[in-house]
Amino acid sequence: MADIAVARATSLRPALSRDDLVRGGGLVVMGVFLFVVVLLPLYALLSKSFEDADGKFIGFANYIEYFGTPALVSSAGHTIFIGVVTMVIVVTLAFIYAYALTRSCMPFKGLFRGIALIPILAPSLLPAISLVYLFGNQGMIKELLFGYKIYGPIGIVIALAFWIFPHTVMLLTTALATADARLYEAAIALRASKLRTFFTVTLPATKYGVMSACFVAFTYGITDFGAPKVIGGWYNVLSVDIYKQVVGQWNFQMGAVVSVILLFPVVITFIVDRLVQRRQVAQITARSVPLEPKPNRRFDLIMLIYCSVIAFILLGILAVSAYASFIKFWPYNLSLSLDNYQFQYMDGGGWDAYGNSILLGVLTAFFGSLIIFGGAYLVEKSRHYGKYRGTLQFLAILPLAVPGMVLGLAYIFFFNDPANPLNFLYQTLGILVICTIAHYYTVPHLTALTALKQLDAEFEDVSASLKVPFYKTFSRVTFPVCLPAILDIGIYLFINAMTTVSAVVFLWGPATKLASVAVLNMDDQGDIAPAAAMAMMIVYTSATVRILHIVLTRGLQRRTQAWRRREVIAETVGQPAPT
Amino acid sequence: MSDAQPSTKAKESPYLRIESLTKLFGSFAALKDINLEVFEGEFICFLGPSGCGKTTLLRCIAGLDIQTSGRVIQAGEDISTLPPSARDFGIVFQSYALFPNLTVRKNLAYGLENRRMKKAAIEERVNELLELVGLTGQDKKYPSQLSGGQQQRVALARALASWPGLLLLDEPLSALDAKVRVYLRHEVRRLQRKLGITTVMVTHDQEEALTMADRIVVMDQGVIGQVGTPLQIYREPATSFVADFIGSMNFVPGTMAAPNLVRFGNVNLACDVDGLAAGMEVTIAIRPEDIVVQDVAGSEENAFEVQIESTEFLGSFLRVDLVSETMGEARLRADFSINLVRRVDISEGASLPVMVPRERIRIYPGSLDHG
Ligand SMILES: Nc1ncnc2c1ncn2[C@@H]1O[C@H](COP(=O)(O)OP(=O)(O)OP(=O)(O)O)[C@@H](O)[C@H]1O
Ligand SMILES: [Mg+2]
Repeated sequence: MADIAVARATSLRPALSRDDLVRGGGLVVMGVFLFVVVLLPLYALLSKSFEDADGKFIGFANYIEYFGTPALVSSAGHTIFIGVVTMVIVVTLAFIYAYALTRSCMPFKGLFRGIALIPILAPSLLPAISLVYLFGNQGMIKELLFGYKIYGPIGIVIALAFWIFPHTVMLLTTALATADARLYEAAIALRASKLRTFFTVTLPATKYGVMSACFVAFTYGITDFGAPKVIGGWYNVLSVDIYKQVVGQWNFQMGAVVSVILLFPVVITFIVDRLVQRRQVAQITARSVPLEPKPNRRFDLIMLIYCSVIAFILLGILAVSAYASFIKFWPYNLSLSLDNYQFQYMDGGGWDAYGNSILLGVLTAFFGSLIIFGGAYLVEKSRHYGKYRGTLQFLAILPLAVPGMVLGLAYIFFFNDPANPLNFLYQTLGILVICTIAHYYTVPHLTALTALKQLDAEFEDVSASLKVPFYKTFSRVTFPVCLPAILDIGIYLFINAMTTVSAVVFLWGPATKLASVAVLNMDDQGDIAPAAAMAMMIVYTSATVRILHIVLTRGLQRRTQAWRRREVIAETVGQPAPT
Repeated sequence: MSDAQPSTKAKESPYLRIESLTKLFGSFAALKDINLEVFEGEFICFLGPSGCGKTTLLRCIAGLDIQTSGRVIQAGEDISTLPPSARDFGIVFQSYALFPNLTVRKNLAYGLENRRMKKAAIEERVNELLELVGLTGQDKKYPSQLSGGQQQRVALARALASWPGLLLLDEPLSALDAKVRVYLRHEVRRLQRKLGITTVMVTHDQEEALTMADRIVVMDQGVIGQVGTPLQIYREPATSFVADFIGSMNFVPGTMAAPNLVRFGNVNLACDVDGLAAGMEVTIAIRPEDIVVQDVAGSEENAFEVQIESTEFLGSFLRVDLVSETMGEARLRADFSINLVRRVDISEGASLPVMVPRERIRIYPGSLDHG
């Protein structure tokens, strides 16, 4: 051990190459970027919650006021209630659906998989609007509620269930797809009953997937803003409270306090999720044999019926908004027209808002995929700087724990501060792009890491030995090989930029109104049919882009299939994202 | 160690020198105080069990990992802390790390394009390389369209493309089928001789090391066990670890009966050892093929009677387990050639006299738990 001490004492300092220095510089830039767009705004938010309206520090006074106001405190309870109920319902429904997709031999699996993903293309406002048409005061089938009101927890939960469904189905399909056939063979050999096998093999094996789905569903449930805003009625939840405090009452301090309160359950869920996932990695050991489902007519039929019902509901909710958007004046004049699409005659931003949203989507997708992929590259492929890369990785994961409403409000505090040199960004498209990238940073980052990890770790070593600078290998090898994953990231960012309301609702300015915000505002003013029309415009656009993406990816694969044996495509669209 | 150097190179200064090199991962010492000299044009193999630090040492030479302490000197220049891009070497990894989206030609030209070479000169060099590794005509293919052996040769050609002074190979053949592997051993060696390039290859396959290397560096748990020519390593393993790791070996506990006389059971064997006092506990190491049957009357030295306990037919030879009362607890394993079997009765239960040439007996101090 003595020589070890000596060795460490005289530890050599590696000389850094130009590549090392450039990548080190890149890491610093990325670190500063994430620090400025995530941590500093959150700090501004936190400190605001301890200040009075004039910016004087007043300790916990705001919090004391908060807990002294029953109307505010009650919404914390409401939020958790909504989160838990939504989670239980959506995870149960999604589990059976995913089970059917992976463990049955029913027909049309691909179709059902596709239908399950449709809600991703819509803002969470859309299911709420559809529910108003279905069960509202003049609803098409409001009798089915037996006198209960759709405005309130029932509506919120149904709308959220629709909107969260695809995310949970994807997680659970992955979990169920990676089953080990050998365990099932063992169970059959031991003559365990089907039910027993389910509880002793299937559930434990998918435990982590189910937990992940629960965390995602719960987090989405408590942080979503669109659904409760439209259909929440008098039922207060935290996200809507933040909005009301800030936009309605100009009480920024109380908005900050409610944000911090909302941050708590999200951060706790985030931490538990991380801990659970760390365990899961340790659990995967031997190579398992993939499970091939065997036909079973009765079971397959039940599953087919179940999936058809769910698919019908999903499509139905979408169809209601689509239908409503073409109706002249519900429920009095049912003739079809394009009147509701004449956005130029309405408040809320008109076609400009739609154009802005497209622009936001394109800019976010373009800059976002470059920044995020570049950042992931630096984290994964740089030499040296171990600790710093770890820090960057942490900063990249962090946005998953920040609800959109909280981030949006934090941005107001940070960027609207006249002392901030970045103040010029306030109310520009720039701040919307930055906020959207920051908000959705984590999932694409993880996708990029997965794609990069599939590349040979020694490409960089070989390049260094050939004295080829790293950026050349990046542009000639790394980037082209990862292009499908990068496209995926771009699409993910585009669709989220189109559909998000929460992160941007505080940040748009007179010249930067957005389609999703227009939906919200038109609905607010009672223009529900144009709101449905605008929501559908978002769906049409997202769907078109998604289809374009599929075509593009196919073409890319055909062009590169000469050298591409394995797919380096990591599915991003529809992965859990922050709300 | 000096006697291990090929005599023709003895007076030259080494091309690559490693001086008291230590590499720590946290508090774990992957390499401990490594000293090594490699001469110009030599083919050196690092051989050792998994995890002994072969790859780590190779990566320190390449600068891909920087050692915690110690020096690496190449061609007279201290390169200890230089990044890989400032060193002079070509490298082939077990995975080959060929760029999947570039054709063979572009893979080979990859390093050349960065050297401000003329286009025509690059073309010419690539053609030369293709011919060198026997892949002329395959240059438009992508790596995934080549067999494993062909990929390996592309990787080798790419590593050689810009005339490096040192070639580093990390288990370059271990991903291949046995047949291809044997063929490529010769190919690699032929190439290396032709180019005269100083080469360091990592392997855990002793046959590979024994057939390819000028000198072998046997490593064990971060230290060098022995450096020597294949014959030296095989005939005169310096430690019981090396003896055990290379080839097969009988280990028998014994004591020194007198200087140059070792005893196990009631058998006394004359041997050539110095520095071991009488009465000392030792381990006697004898290779199975060094136990010879005394089928013609000869010298009595080191002869003793044994019984055949069991035999195992292994094609060109017979592996035999020997016991006897005179040996006591000990049992020996011997390899008898098929020729011999034709002349002598080697069946289970038969008795026969055997002897072990004294120069073939290795003695290691202390007792071992080898099976
Ligand atoms: N980056 C690292 N961090 C920590 N420990 C390491 C690292 N790289 C290697 N080691 C450890 O150092 C030791 C030597 O590793 P090395 O890769 O050099 O072994 P090797 O001789 O090449 O083995 P193999 O034949 O399996 O390739 C091993 O115990 C390994 O676990
Ligand atoms: Mg190795």
